[in-house]
Amino acid sequence: MVENKPGILFKITHLFRSKNFNIDSISVGTTENPEFSKMTITTIGDERQIEQIVKQLDKMIDTVEVKRLDDKRTVYRELALFRVKISKASDSMEISNIANAFGAKIHDARKDSIMLELTATTDQIHNLQELLRPYEILDVARTGVAALPRAEN
Amino acid sequence: MSGAKALIKALEKQGVKEIFGLPGGANLPMYDELFKSNIRHILVRHEQSAAHMADGFGRVSRRAGVCFATSGPGATNIVTGLATAQADSAPMVAITGQVPLSMIGRDAFQESDIIGIANPVVKYSFQPTKPSDIPETVKKGFYIAETGRPGAVLIDIPKDVQQNETEIPFPEEVKIRGYHPWADPDVVAIERAIKLLLSSTKPVILAGGGVIISSAFAELQSLAELLMIPVVSTFKGKGAFPENHPLSLGPIGMHGHAEANKVMSEADCVLAIGTRFSDRSVGRFDEFEKNLKIIHLDVDPAEIGKNQTTSVAVVGDVRASLRIFLRLLAQQAVKKSEHNVWLSHVKEIKEYWRENLKLHPGELTAARILRKLREVMPAESIVTTEVGQHQMWASLFYDVIHPGTFFSSTGLGTMGWGFPAAIGAKAARPDLPVVDIAGDGSFNMTENSLATSVLEGLPVIVFLVNNYLLGMVAQWQRTFYDRRMIGVDQKHCPDYVKLAESYGEQGIRVGSLDELGNAIKAGLKSDVATVIDIPIDPEEDVLPFVAPGTSLKDMILPS
Repeated sequence: MVENKPGILFKITHLFRSKNFNIDSISVGTTENPEFSKMTITTIGDERQIEQIVKQLDKMIDTVEVKRLDDKRTVYRELALFRVKISKASDSMEISNIANAFGAKIHDARKDSIMLELTATTDQIHNLQELLRPYEILDVARTGVAALPRAEN
Repeated sequence: MSGAKALIKALEKQGVKEIFGLPGGANLPMYDELFKSNIRHILVRHEQSAAHMADGFGRVSRRAGVCFATSGPGATNIVTGLATAQADSAPMVAITGQVPLSMIGRDAFQESDIIGIANPVVKYSFQPTKPSDIPETVKKGFYIAETGRPGAVLIDIPKDVQQNETEIPFPEEVKIRGYHPWADPDVVAIERAIKLLLSSTKPVILAGGGVIISSAFAELQSLAELLMIPVVSTFKGKGAFPENHPLSLGPIGMHGHAEANKVMSEADCVLAIGTRFSDRSVGRFDEFEKNLKIIHLDVDPAEIGKNQTTSVAVVGDVRASLRIFLRLLAQQAVKKSEHNVWLSHVKEIKEYWRENLKLHPGELTAARILRKLREVMPAESIVTTEVGQHQMWASLFYDVIHPGTFFSSTGLGTMGWGFPAAIGAKAARPDLPVVDIAGDGSFNMTENSLATSVLEGLPVIVFLVNNYLLGMVAQWQRTFYDRRMIGVDQKHCPDYVKLAESYGEQGIRVGSLDELGNAIKAGLKSDVATVIDIPIDPEEDVLPFVAPGTSLKDMILPS
């Protein structure tokens, strides 16, 4: 949770850069309070590194609250769009079946390509991507993770 | 009221008496208001020096020093000064002019995105966009710069925001939601720390710069004397504890005292106070923490566990924490005797190295000239240093007697810091003698501050340890690069006596220790700055030396 002011995203990403950390994904959005916005950042590191980045973020004056989300107690979702090539007649049906199995929506179905939308966990999106790969993925867009802790109890 | 007028009024309300700076196009409105104010303006010859002067002022007075610079190159010139202050947690507020709001982003003349450029080297920065925001911004800026772990704050004010007239409120209090400068020390953690400290057989206190920043001198000394624990320091913590005290061993580190490095390597428990365990202080991180229980007191929670694994951590102002230590120890009626095996061993180590450290031969050597300086300077004198060999020799051979009187660019290692910082220190404490222990290479970088010193009546002594070399680089080239010397020879340029005299200062070249003593005395009496040119042997090395990436116990000693 950060102050909703210009330049904050720059400061947050700069901090990651200066500590030699990579941001795997980042999503930013407003909250129910217009004074704050919420950033959800995915990064990979060992325990010491993660602890350090959390402390450094906490130390920043523009961060109001920093939460390290516990994998098991958080709902994570990411949205992905794939445009997949259709080379032969059977592809269209096969891809539709895969989409159904994942609960993905189909948009913009053409003769030579089809667009899929999936909102799911990062792992599920990864699995879908693997299954689509043989058909040739023409384009991908992903939003980054949005996350919310589950209620206590 | 205009934004510029509001700025100067806000600074007056903040108690600012001196501003170090240099005017230019984009900060003319604030200078015009400064003209009408009683605040003293101290003109520099380069904005970097204004920042270093504000830094030196801030470290000595423990209130934020203030510097002014214009937009574009004026602002970029202070970046090194901001980074230096921030790296050493020194309170400073830098105020820059900026091109008008409507011109920002159009690559205007003398436009630079100083907020973006300075971001990683400041504690916080502001760019007010309305004149009415200025007083609140100033109040917040000083609050952030001076509290918690102090640091550098930048306020960048577009020219039209300085010029525009509007109704301007002056808030009495400001609130910053995401800023919690001081945590209350955890008493339970301190109880655990005491238990650990008392159960260890070879304890050491490591005093860092945090002791100086929070003025915890008396508390540190009481604790050390109560528990009879030997005290080492980091380089930044040099002089946190009187170095002529029987329990003092001096700084550890790359060029630490041999006795301090030896004792630190043998210790089984360290009470580390206000330190960030820099690589220059502790050597290899994994070797340092091996077989060592670490109790870490620090105001900054992000320092806990950053470089070292701690057994007990106490977050909070170190002075407040030490007071709780003393209170709890008094309740338990703990008092340690000086007769114990560890302390006798430490004394033996100290005596051995004080007597047996081999010194460079000759009359004007680092050890002899710095001991002469110590002998002649009053105990309460303020010392700044430049960066290089002379700085490490100062650490080795100049004992700080009055705690909190020694200042150096220890974190960023900024050559050229010492002289302007000494001038800033003199502005903060005109009643005390101030000496900049300098090397020729560093002094070159900001020596044009001689003009500021003479014109503003801020006389300091420049104790110029002169080998006409970039001496520390030369030492590394001798040690690690098989004497392939490149880019280090100053070829006897310039003549420092003539240089000083050309500015109207006093220049004295000395050829013996007696002449040196007289020159220092002349400097103490002088109304203008005194540059004492002390020629030394260019082959003299700084020893002991813990090579980078090795541990304290592997220090290289003079052969």
